[in-house]
Amino acid sequence: MKTAAWPREQTEAERLLVVDPAAGKMADFAVGDLPSRLRAGDLLVVNDAATLPASLQAHATDGAPVEVRLLGPADEGQWAAAVLGAGNWRWRTEDRPAPPSLPVGSTLTFRAASDDAEPLRATVVAVSEVSPRLLRLAFDRQGDALWSAVYRRGRPVQYSYVRAPLALWHVQTAYASRPWAAEAPSAGRPLTWRVLLEARRRGIALAAVTHAAGLSSTGEPALDAALPLPERFDIPEETVAAVRRARAARGRVVAVGTTVVRALEGAAEAGGGDLRAGEGRTGLRIDRAFRPRIVDGLLTGVHQPGESHFDLLQAFAPEPLLRRALAHAEQEGYLAHEFGDSCLILPRSL
Amino acid sequence: MQIEGRSALVTGGSRGLGAALGRALAREGARVVLIARGAAELARVVDEIRAEGGDAHGFAADVGAKEDIHRIAGAASALAGPIDILVHNASTLGPTPLRLLLDTECEDLGQVLDVNLLGPFRLTRAIVGGMVLRGRGLVLQVTSDASVNGYPTWGAYGVSKAALDHLGRIWGAELDGTGVRVLTADPGEMRTAMHAAAMPDADPATLADPDAVARRLVAIIHAAEAIPTGTRLEAARWTPPRPQPMAVGAAFPAVRR
Repeated sequence: MKTAAWPREQTEAERLLVVDPAAGKMADFAVGDLPSRLRAGDLLVVNDAATLPASLQAHATDGAPVEVRLLGPADEGQWAAAVLGAGNWRWRTEDRPAPPSLPVGSTLTFRAASDDAEPLRATVVAVSEVSPRLLRLAFDRQGDALWSAVYRRGRPVQYSYVRAPLALWHVQTAYASRPWAAEAPSAGRPLTWRVLLEARRRGIALAAVTHAAGLSSTGEPALDAALPLPERFDIPEETVAAVRRARAARGRVVAVGTTVVRALEGAAEAGGGDLRAGEGRTGLRIDRAFRPRIVDGLLTGVHQPGESHFDLLQAFAPEPLLRRALAHAEQEGYLAHEFGDSCLILPRSL
Repeated sequence: MQIEGRSALVTGGSRGLGAALGRALAREGARVVLIARGAAELARVVDEIRAEGGDAHGFAADVGAKEDIHRIAGAASALAGPIDILVHNASTLGPTPLRLLLDTECEDLGQVLDVNLLGPFRLTRAIVGGMVLRGRGLVLQVTSDASVNGYPTWGAYGVSKAALDHLGRIWGAELDGTGVRVLTADPGEMRTAMHAAAMPDADPATLADPDAVARRLVAIIHAAEAIPTGTRLEAARWTPPRPQPMAVGAAFPAVRR
């Protein structure tokens, strides 16, 4: 499938493949048509995490350059991070050299921001059993000073198929709030406020979760096999109430993105089947054997077999239908990846 | 609107009205994030608020710089939680002494519009979507009487504030019914560094104290739900809305039988 190499201007005109697993059918639409595929009483749940400037250049004590990709704050003021070797986003992650060994106690020094004399430093306080490239870091500062240092130095994480360096505004949704996401929660990227408010006018409710969307690839097989790692989420009371109302109205709960599926289903699993408000962490893996308890369907990118996202989609539609949908998307010139076209998988949407 | 326990972002927070607003909002129990270009001056205000027991953070950035907008929005909500109250207080006069339009460089007008108009527009855009999703929030824009009067030599500033006023009206109209309100307030003439730069000969005794004006703005924020969204008001003339007369039924609650 062809790849979208850059964000497009008119996101409402991007393509939307609507797949109805109840009817076993599919049809082509544009993103701007989304509200017409939903009904009064349905609930659209988005991930309101803003995207971090998670990619920072640093060097190890011996001077070896590394790229640190922040996964977000962990406990006790420490941050989880993945390290990549020399090079930058223009290289395919799997072609990047391995980073130097960074055992507990080693130090990383981050490239200085121009307006800032003190270099930022971090100490490795833990190395994951999953991969020596997955670390927990303790920075030499906290609070205002750390956030300032991260926002001064960091850039969005991006991959080699993107044409040029991305700015922070390229990777935010129209409703971004707390910066929890290492990579953009991209299913919501094409949604404009015109579309969202039109949905609301039609009686479709809107609600949010915050989910710390993680990295999609690091280039290291052991680490990539473990993705997605357990990720932090926060579900507000209002969203729990909105799900309850949608259920009572026989409406459908539509997740905007796989991160919303993971947050809602992870929270329901932790609650013994009951969706409860609050913060949590979920390592839930969703595949064809998974029976969703909360989510009826989702808006997502166009994902290909072999991606963990494709496994997740099989919880919502049978594999043969998904393969048929992909073949159709390929033939019709749909674009893949985070700036690509969209797919709505939802029963009774056609 | 409730201030206690809410998060508030104030631009231009290192001095004058912005610093006073930071102090006043923190005293009301808000988690405050102050934005200004000068890190050292900003840190002094933040320390002062914390010393009083307030919850304050500082983030050094330039509202007039496009690349700083998502940094401000992201860092502020990381430090204080999703923003409930956004105050656009930062502004620039452009070069001083103030000069005739005939002597104003295009670049200087552009820079004034960047800080006073595009900055607030961009920052509102970056923050207000989250507010709409949560169904609540307030955007307060600080304007000036130079937005409605054609004072000679106040061209760049006056034009930027006139556009800001209208931006507030249109935001108000577009966000009506979402639970997010937009107000624009003229604080009046105050004893600030900015006023001294614009009118060095003014008698300080005739100018208002920024802390007193900040308290009035806080009263306006408290009363925001009773003020039509999109309104431009003069802080000095504003009086709190009188409580509505109680409905007869409410004054004589039904007696349970």
